[in-house]
Amino acid sequence: MLGTGLLQGLAVTAKNLVGSFHDPARLPTLEYPEVQPQLPEAYRNFPFLVSESAEDPMGTLRCVACQICEKECPPQCIYIEKSKDKKPDAAGKQQIFPAVFVIDTSVCMSCQICVEVCPFESIKMDQVFAIATTERFGSLLLTREQLAKPNSYYHQIHPTEAAEVDRRLAADRQAAEDKAKAAAAAKSAAPTPPAKPATGGPAA
Amino acid sequence: MSAPDSSFLAPPAGSQVRAVHDEFHGDLLEVSMGPHHPSTHGVFRMIVTLDGETIVKLKPVFGYLHRNHEKLGENTSYLASMPYTDRLDYLNSMTNNWAYALAVERLAGLAVPARAEYLRVILAELTRLLNHSCLAGFLLQDCGCSGTPLMYAFREREKILDLFESLSGSRMMCNFQRFGGCRVDPSADWLAGVQQLTDGYGAFLDEFEALLTGNEIFMARTQGVGRLAAPLAISAGVTGPVLRASGVAHDLRKVDGYGAYPQFDFRVPLGDHGDTYDRYMVRILEMRESIQILRQALARLPDGPIMDPKAKLRGFRPKAGEAYGRIEGPKGEIGFYLISDGSPNPYRYRVRPPSFINLTILEDLCLGHTVADAVIILGSVDIVLGEVDR
Amino acid sequence: METVEQIRDRLLARFPGATVEVRSNPSPSGQHSLLLGAATAREIAQFLRDDPALRLDQCSNVTGVDWPEKEVVETTKTTVPDPAGGPAKVVEQKSRRLEPGCLEVVYHLYSIALRHGPLVLRLRTGNRTDQVTLPSLTPVWRACEFQEREVFDLFGVRFEGHPDLRRILMWDGFQDHPMRRDYVEPDDYEWEPTPHGAVLAKAKRHYPAPAPAAKP
Repeated sequence: MLGTGLLQGLAVTAKNLVGSFHDPARLPTLEYPEVQPQLPEAYRNFPFLVSESAEDPMGTLRCVACQICEKECPPQCIYIEKSKDKKPDAAGKQQIFPAVFVIDTSVCMSCQICVEVCPFESIKMDQVFAIATTERFGSLLLTREQLAKPNSYYHQIHPTEAAEVDRRLAADRQAAEDKAKAAAAAKSAAPTPPAKPATGGPAA
Repeated sequence: MSAPDSSFLAPPAGSQVRAVHDEFHGDLLEVSMGPHHPSTHGVFRMIVTLDGETIVKLKPVFGYLHRNHEKLGENTSYLASMPYTDRLDYLNSMTNNWAYALAVERLAGLAVPARAEYLRVILAELTRLLNHSCLAGFLLQDCGCSGTPLMYAFREREKILDLFESLSGSRMMCNFQRFGGCRVDPSADWLAGVQQLTDGYGAFLDEFEALLTGNEIFMARTQGVGRLAAPLAISAGVTGPVLRASGVAHDLRKVDGYGAYPQFDFRVPLGDHGDTYDRYMVRILEMRESIQILRQALARLPDGPIMDPKAKLRGFRPKAGEAYGRIEGPKGEIGFYLISDGSPNPYRYRVRPPSFINLTILEDLCLGHTVADAVIILGSVDIVLGEVDR
Repeated sequence: METVEQIRDRLLARFPGATVEVRSNPSPSGQHSLLLGAATAREIAQFLRDDPALRLDQCSNVTGVDWPEKEVVETTKTTVPDPAGGPAKVVEQKSRRLEPGCLEVVYHLYSIALRHGPLVLRLRTGNRTDQVTLPSLTPVWRACEFQEREVFDLFGVRFEGHPDLRRILMWDGFQDHPMRRDYVEPDDYEWEPTPHGAVLAKAKRHYPAPAPAAKP
């Protein structure tokens, strides 16, 4: 009968209207900013740099300025200058570090390719999305001081991923130590060259 | 320049207002629809020549969103083009990613593990659900049904976007597929969420259809409007639901059998008249088939790795050669044509954009109809300007 | 579907005097192509569409490729016998030649009726400057209409027999063809003062450092 389709449709809208008062499945909107959204753990926004300690973020950056992320970044929003000198990293090895590390967040498109290509687990995605600034250029250009956030913060926002990263880094460090020990043991086990008997050999 | 002649505004002395129309009688009127008009789904412009209210000529004008996507692709590495493909058809980033990954896998000879193939199918079908729901909503918006169906469609779409966000980290710009597999292995919770959505989507479709499919006004507005004959559709390279609504059984999931699709049991809905109503109906039926595919894929999702061990993230350089890979995106055949010269960047990177090529027949569909019908016909062809203009 | 070689042989038998070459593709995709001479391209396309064994009724993708001129250095080794009776000497000769550039248009054809494909067709222009005319395949497949306009717009290939050859993505008054390899982008857009190599160089060019103020 003509008109039944219309009435059926009106019944649906009536059901949704009533449902929106008691059924959360029919009213999924949030009263932002009074109610803050629950971000999933995987949520990503702009990158940040991981430092080992919160007290000395510049001294304990994991980044060694290898510039892979700068090359791979699709919109070319990262700019890095290598340091002239070296400083020890978390494992005590002498490494160069970024003297300048800038991310232009007005260009960044949050694709996280920098995170994927980083071999040192030093750049990760942040979850801060309220980033309005009063100025277009300068404020959106984040320097390494603004980018550095401690590892504890990383654990806070991506707990599963951060735990895995820590496990992997610890395993790598252990493997490196084992290798160094094995090399040292092999060196000490080898017969000392007879050319230098006077020095008395290496200290035990 | 002389002052504009406004004498026609005032009725000539001693005559009725009707004389205004007499002055235009028999003349053609050229109207520029768009680019800043909500019914054109973005910055799209049609130069429409009207005889009264009937369209006698229609020329689409593109390029307002042109950013030379292909040139960008040739100036960056293969991996760095992946996030740019998200931005082609920004409703369907998962299928864009897949099409590009497929082309690169053909070019470099990478194999995709079974679990990754199933994941790709799950994500592609979720994308199809969200695209077709949105399309039905937008189409009704174009018909003048202001808001209600679109909001219902967006409410369901939001659930799918939440799933995408919790898997890939971003709602729309997923950047999820990689050459030789997928980026993240989903957790059991996520798969349970997809299962829940799949189980609930049928009820939403029932409700949506109760609202629209039998609605007399909607039928009167769409049936017989914008008929597309099958021979023209094939010759014009039209693909996707628009082609199938004209009765051509051509679905790349069946024809090419790419990915894990040969392992699933599903049907390809076909239209009969090729009009706007059929294009709407084919999409509704396709969503029902997508739910079937999702059920099977979730039930049979194999364990295992999600990346080809041969795949390299850094320093990826395929050997010289070329490849064309295509998949059945929600809007039609999305393909990528790549020429490699052995360097880290593609020598030629070409996107075959389905919505751009589907617009070839827009003029043929609109001729003889009124301006209001042109809006509906454009809505039923389903374009996204990010992909049309690239 | 028949192999590209079989199709070439059938085409050569059907169109004596036509240029049909197989361009092999070394990549694992194995999509080899046929390079057609421009003179008979449209007849061949029509034949491919109507031939009952092929019925390539869908032209899926049309695109251009720019191959600029490039200098090729060839090394030829010749063995010269020593007139004095000693061991033969190997003389290396290096020759440089300029490989002429061209614009190429690539068509990917599929059959919806017989569900096979792709057959890749290639057409080449004489050079990149004045001999850039190719026959349009729009009369054979409507799908070429917008895509050939795009190739004309971005690469500058003129299609003879196209019903409406205008720019499609760039605006009408635009001069150059942006997808060519030697295209130089105009230096007139807004820059952002970010410390990136190319952008910074551009910014310095536009806004040179102010000259030191002259002493009074």
